[in-house]
Order: sequence, then structure tokens, then C-alpha cells
Amino acid sequence: MKTLLIKGGRVIDPSRGFDAQADLLIKNGMIEAVEKGLKAPAGTEVIDAEGQVVMPGLIDMHVHLRDPGREYQEDIISGAKAAAAGGFTAVAAMANTDPVADDPAIIRYVIDRAAGAVARVHPIGALTKNLGGTEMAELARMKRFGAVAFSDDGKPVVSGTVMRNALQYAGGIDALIIAHEEDPYLFEGGMIHEGAVSSVLGLRGIPAEAEEVMLARDLMLLRAAGGGRLHIAHVSTAGSVELLRRAKAEGQNVTAEAAPHHLLLTDRAVKNSGYSTNTKVNPPLRSEYDRQALWAGLLDGTIDAIASDHAPHHGDDKDVEFDFAPFGIAGLETTLPLMLDELSSGRIKKLTLPLLVEKMSTAPARILGLDAGTLQPGSPADVTIADTNRSFVVNPETWHSKSRNTPFAGRSLSGAPVMTIVGGRVAMKEGVITEQE
Amino acid sequence: MALTHKATVMDEKGIMQALRRIAHEIIECNKGTEDVVLVGIRKRGVPLAGRLQAYLNEIEGSSIPLGILDITLYRDDLTQRQDQPEVHTTDVPFDLNKKHVVVVDDVLYTGRTIRAALDALIDLGRPATIQLAVLVDRGHRELPIRADYVGKNVPTSRSERVDVNVKEIDGEDRVDILEEKQE
Amino acid sequence: MQTLRRKDILGLEEMSAEEITLILDTARSMREIIQRKIKKVPTLRGRSMINLFYEPSTRTKASFELAQKYMSSDPISVGGSSSSLVKGETLKDTVRNLEMMNIDCVVMRHPVSGSAHYLARNVDISVINAGDGMHEHPTQGLLDMFTILDKKGRLEELKVVIVGDIRHSRVARSNIWGLQKMGAEVVVAGPPTLMPPDLEVFGVKYSPQIEDAIGDADVVMALRLQKERQEGGLFPTLREYAELYGLSPQRVAHAKDDVLIMHPGPMNRGVEISSEVADGPRSVILEQVTSGVAVRMAILYLLLGGTKEE
Repeated sequence: MKTLLIKGGRVIDPSRGFDAQADLLIKNGMIEAVEKGLKAPAGTEVIDAEGQVVMPGLIDMHVHLRDPGREYQEDIISGAKAAAAGGFTAVAAMANTDPVADDPAIIRYVIDRAAGAVARVHPIGALTKNLGGTEMAELARMKRFGAVAFSDDGKPVVSGTVMRNALQYAGGIDALIIAHEEDPYLFEGGMIHEGAVSSVLGLRGIPAEAEEVMLARDLMLLRAAGGGRLHIAHVSTAGSVELLRRAKAEGQNVTAEAAPHHLLLTDRAVKNSGYSTNTKVNPPLRSEYDRQALWAGLLDGTIDAIASDHAPHHGDDKDVEFDFAPFGIAGLETTLPLMLDELSSGRIKKLTLPLLVEKMSTAPARILGLDAGTLQPGSPADVTIADTNRSFVVNPETWHSKSRNTPFAGRSLSGAPVMTIVGGRVAMKEGVITEQE
Repeated sequence: MALTHKATVMDEKGIMQALRRIAHEIIECNKGTEDVVLVGIRKRGVPLAGRLQAYLNEIEGSSIPLGILDITLYRDDLTQRQDQPEVHTTDVPFDLNKKHVVVVDDVLYTGRTIRAALDALIDLGRPATIQLAVLVDRGHRELPIRADYVGKNVPTSRSERVDVNVKEIDGEDRVDILEEKQE
Repeated sequence: MQTLRRKDILGLEEMSAEEITLILDTARSMREIIQRKIKKVPTLRGRSMINLFYEPSTRTKASFELAQKYMSSDPISVGGSSSSLVKGETLKDTVRNLEMMNIDCVVMRHPVSGSAHYLARNVDISVINAGDGMHEHPTQGLLDMFTILDKKGRLEELKVVIVGDIRHSRVARSNIWGLQKMGAEVVVAGPPTLMPPDLEVFGVKYSPQIEDAIGDADVVMALRLQKERQEGGLFPTLREYAELYGLSPQRVAHAKDDVLIMHPGPMNRGVEISSEVADGPRSVILEQVTSGVAVRMAILYLLLGGTKEE
């Protein structure tokens, strides 16, 4: 493996409170040194990062890679390419595959497949068998095989008893539970956020309470369980942010993530796009009030991480009437550019690059307990380099993902990843993926 | 395309005389006005038909029915026009069966309007005869159609326009020939 | 304005008062044709149209077909068990096939909101929305306005009360947008559970008590109550609904003498409207049906009569 010297970039490492122009030396797949004016040993490949940002590798802690089962939408190999192309060195893949990743064998399958992928793929195990919401899956055995968290994501855990037991049990084995908060009775056939837009468009609404009621319940159960770690997936409403803010103030062991589409779009997008199914996502695009609350939560630490909830769907599946289309937005290749663009636009005061790196690398690593999210010498050399001035137009046709479902197609963005280094190996350079040998 | 005035071919008096003459010809041709009905084609055929009705009533002392025909939906050029003509209501509040229908229009040119009017009339009933009265015949027919009663034959070129003004719509009675301005 | 400068008729929310006026004016001329013995004009000779009905409909389908035939076009109606929807073909494929047959216009009724938009985006030919889910039913809104205009001579400053399940009604949505654009005041009445969330967005007033609303109303429109709403738990029983919100003779007695009673059909007699009211002297429910043909003829003429600008 080549020794790499990344020269002259702005190195941001929130794990050490580091933010300065510096060089970064990578040797044997590890971070060797981060200093000014490092000399390149013989045979070193020098990467000029002047004017660019060098960060610990970004981690998307919430993706769906559809593998095994629906490889026509995505698979572990293509999903990892999409991740690398989007500046992510690692992703955590949800368990709602076919078969469901509710067994050590499936976890093992994901890890074996991921060995040949250009980015790290960490499996998340199912919380209940077959996502059925009744019987707990083998959390400890899956954890031993490499599952980084447990979740029935895509489906809520409807039974309070099952959730309570799972939290208690997970506490005993120090396992993380990721909750998809949704009350199925309040959700009931909903298509988009319930509000003025759903009323005008005549689409069934998904009320904010569908998420908030379940979140409130789980926070209570977490307290009752007296242990366990709970992470809330794709927080989408102002009410949820407030619930989390209070829970954190009380010292509850809870973390949360928000998705870029919830941070950047509202339900108006459904109307403005003339019912485009690419705006159909669950949780749904909410109101402007909710969107502002998400940003406030992100800035004040209530929301710990940004995760794409990458949900790839085949074009044919989305190219149907609105009600018939599946929920989901493919986000691996737009998340970082969207965030950098938002930063450079100045629309969100107090949004800074170090904060973005914290939300997209440091925090996800900490929550999932990964040896990542840092440029500390001695750590695995997972590094993302981005150019905040690079402008481009989102064109899903050029994606590495197998899917194209995004509401952001055609958007001009300022800011893009230019290099993704995974374990000291260049996985993506200027949009080109370097395959594993 | 600018149009300039070339000549005035009929004035108020000329129009009146022409219509009175046509009224007499209608009576002569139909041996009275029994079973004669008038149908004016929108837009300027309507006031002209109204005046003919007044003259006929005056001469014969009878009351001749008057209908209004909107031929928009019968045009053969609807798919070729950028802008659609506005549709107006046809109002023929009497039975056309076995009647002698005198269709009245301002200008007879290609004959296409009259072709449409004939189709429209036939949808409304089965007249004994259909006759045509026009204030001006300017020639250039594209269909085998001729007028039974003509106020004035006005030879024109295709680049010219015959501009009929009637008091009821335009505030004055006058027929002008306009031509394209040569620049 | 002489023509509609749009390819499709998808809803009244997106139409201007000017466009609506043009359609209503044109419909008046069309009604004269319907009253003739020979109800046919050659205007759309040689034009072919397809009516796709993915939901059962008697009235709207028949009305469109008559309008198409009176204009001399050649309609084909597909629906119910004969449609390829049941064979698993996607809407996109169905329409692409039809388009290859050189069809000039598609009329579609579909249970999913937004389907008309979806279709219009995918084909170059004109799409007329004959009802999409709970979204809009623009030709119904237009025919209701035409009926009111005909009876009242105006729409401006009329008070129109729409009673019933506003939340799930495409008819209500189209009427609400159209009537307000034309200067009418719209009040909705019915149980709160049948009102759309964030009702303010429509610009209408809400009256929970039907009596409060109809006292000075010029028009009272009852909506069809779908029985499955009861199963959805939105109100307890049809009996209780009828008691609270049904248009009964006693209730209508409080209205003005010249109030118009309307219903888009099909009616649940004895639920949202009693037979005495539906068949009574103030009812214009049957006139609505005639208006429907005239309005649809007008729309066909205005959409298809001229060439589209390239």
C-alpha cells in the first residue's frame, strides 16, 4: 500500500478540536501524522489539497443497500461505490433486506460481501425476527458477528412491551437500538405530511403526531428500562426535536439523526413538482416550521448526526401514480454536496464546516462505536477531501448507485467531495471509483 | 401588415338602396313572402338580415321570422388556426322544414363560410330551398357557391380587404376597400 | 382571450377566472346544440379520444361520451373489467400504447390523487381530469358553476354552502377553487372529522352547524357521503350523520326561497339529502347533468379546436 501525503488542505478534526491548514501523512493504511510542513518520504504519492478541506472519513449511519434480496435496486458493491462517490468512507446498512438481517448468517453475508466493496459497510441487525415486531432477534450473536446496531427501520416496533424488553436486554449487552418512530394507526395509509399541502393535493396525510407519539413512548420506555442506548432515526418534526431536547436535558441516553431532505425540503416540494414520486419519502417532507426546528436541533446538539436514509428504488417502481410508488430518496451521492451548498449559501447562520464534520463523521462514529471519525495518528486512514467551491448540477444519470430517485435532480450545488480514502486506499478521486483489486 | 384605404364602394344610401332592391327581389323570386324566413350569419349578416326583415315587413305587411346562425363549430379551418374563434349561440327559434330560407351575410368571398352555414342549417331542419343574399360579392370563390341576391359586385384582388361597416355594430354604414400598404 | 393556452385540464386551482369565464361562456353556446333535434356539430370530426375510467362512473363517463359524440369526434371508453389495469399493466404503458394509436385526447378518472398530473407529464396529447382521487374534479366544478350562473345570472357575491365530507371530496375542492375565483363566497359545513386539515388554506369559512350556514345561502350543495368513512371512524352512524347534517325539508325551510339545492350525484337518499329536497322545487340536480354535457363540449372545443403553438 502506497504512502500518501495530503498537502496544504484545511484539516478539520472535531474529535481533537483541530481546524488548521496542515499536511496529513498516511502510511500502512493508518494516519501517521497531521502536522504543518511534513516531508514526503521516498515513494510517497503527494496529493495537493490546497484550498480543499480534509476531514475524517464521513459516515452515513443510515442507508438501505437492498442486499440481499433486491439487488436490482442496489447492492453492497454499488452502494459502497455510491458512498465513496458521495464522500463517505463508511455506511451502516439497515436490516430490512430479503431475507431480513435478523440472523448472524445474514450479518456474516453482509460483512463478507463488504470485504470486496470500496467503502466500509457495517451491518445493522434486525431488532425483531423478520421485522415482525414480536420476537427479539439474536442481538448478542449478531453483535459478535459484527452488527453495529439493531433496528426494525422501515417499520416501527408497535408493541410497547417488545420495545421495553429490547431496550432492557440491549442495555445488558451494550447494544445500540435505532428506532423508526411511527404510530401505524396515526400513519394509516398516509402519503405526505398532513397539513395544508396534503389537503390541497388530496393526498392522505401523515400527521406529525404519528412520529411524536411513538418517540414520546420510547423515551418513557428507555427511562423505565433503566439502561440501554437509543438512537432515533430520521427525526422529522418540531415536536420530536422538542421531546429529544427535553430528554437530553434530563440526561437520557438518546441520540438522533436528521436526513438532508428533511433539512432542505418541505411538503411544498410535492406540490411544486406536480406530485413527483421522488418527493415521496417516509417520514414525509414536513412543514417549514418543522424544517426550521430540525436546523435549530442540529445546531444546539439535540440532533447529533446527519444521515441520508439512502433508500434506492428502481425507476420503474417510482414511475407510477403517487399512491402506488414506494417511499424513499436515494441520498448517498447528494448528502455532502447538499450540506456544503447549504453552508456556502449562508442561509443557516451558525452552520460551520467543523459542525458539519462533527454531524457527518465524529458523531456517527461515536454513536455506532466505530474506530473512525477521527484523524488521530494511529487511527485507520479513512479520510474525505472536499472542495467547497466546486459547482455542479445534480445529475442522477452519472451516479454510481443503481437507483436515481432524488428530488434534487437538476439542482446547482456548490461543494463536492473530490477524494475518498478508505483505510489508506484511494476509493474515489474526482468522481472516479477505484475498484478493489 | 398595414392596410390603407383604397376606395369607398358603398355609402349609407347605397347600402339602403341595395337592401331594398334585394327585398323586392326576394318577394319576386318567392312570389310573396309566405314560408320565407331570414337567417343572418354572425356577425354582420345579423343586422343586415334585420334590415331586410324590416323592408320585407314594410312591403308585404307581414311578419317574417328572423334567425341567427353561428357557424363557428362548422368551420373547416379550425385545426389550422392558431387562435380559435369564439363560439356564439345559434338562435333559430322556428321550424325550418319546408321553408324558403334566405341566408344573409355581408361579403361573399371564398364561399367557405356559406358552405359551413349550409351544413349548420341542414342540422337544424330540412328547408324547401336555401337562398343566399349578400351585400357584397368580391369574387375569388373556392367552392361552387353563388349568391341569389347581391347588393353590389366589387371586383377585388386577393390582397385587398372588403371592410363592411354597419351602424348596429360599427356606428356607420359604409363599405370600403382596403389594400396592403406598399413600403 | 379566445382560447385556453394550456395542454391539459387538471384542476381549477391552477386556472384563472378568465379561463373559467371563457369555458362557461362557450358552454352556453354548446347548450343550444344539445337542445336541437340533431345534436351534432362537425367541429371535432376525425379526432379520436379515449376515456380511461379506472373507477366506476356512469354519469361522468356518459356525459363525456355524449359531449365527444355531439362534437363529431370518435371516443373509445375503457374501464372496469375491460381495462388493462386489471391485467397489471402500468398506467404509463397503457397510455403510451394508446398514444401510438394517434389519439388526440385522454379523459381519465383515477382513484389516486395526482394521477392526471402524472399522465399529463408523460404524454404530449391533452389530458382532461375526470376526477383524480381526492384531489380535483374540474369538469364537475365547472358544470356546477355553469348551473348556478344559469339560474342566478351571476356568481359574484353569491354565498355557496357545501355540506358534508369536504376532506375526501374532489368535487368540493374543485368547487371551492372555482367559485372563489369567480367571486363567490364559499362556506363549508359538516363534522370536523370530515374537514381537511389546515382548512384555512382553501380560503373558506367553516360552520360546524349547518343551520348557521344555510340561512342566507344562495346555493346549498350536499356531497355524497361514502359509507366507508363511517368504518374509518370519522362519524358514528349514517343515521346520526343524517340527523346532524342531512338536507331535510325542515332544514331547507330555513333557507331563502330561491336557494338552489345541488348534489353532484350519485345521491344517498335519506343520508346527505332527503328525497323531498332532492326532488323538490329548489333542486337543480337534474339541470346539473345537462350542464355537464355542455361544459364538456366547451372544454373539448377549447382544448382541441385550434392548433397548438409549436
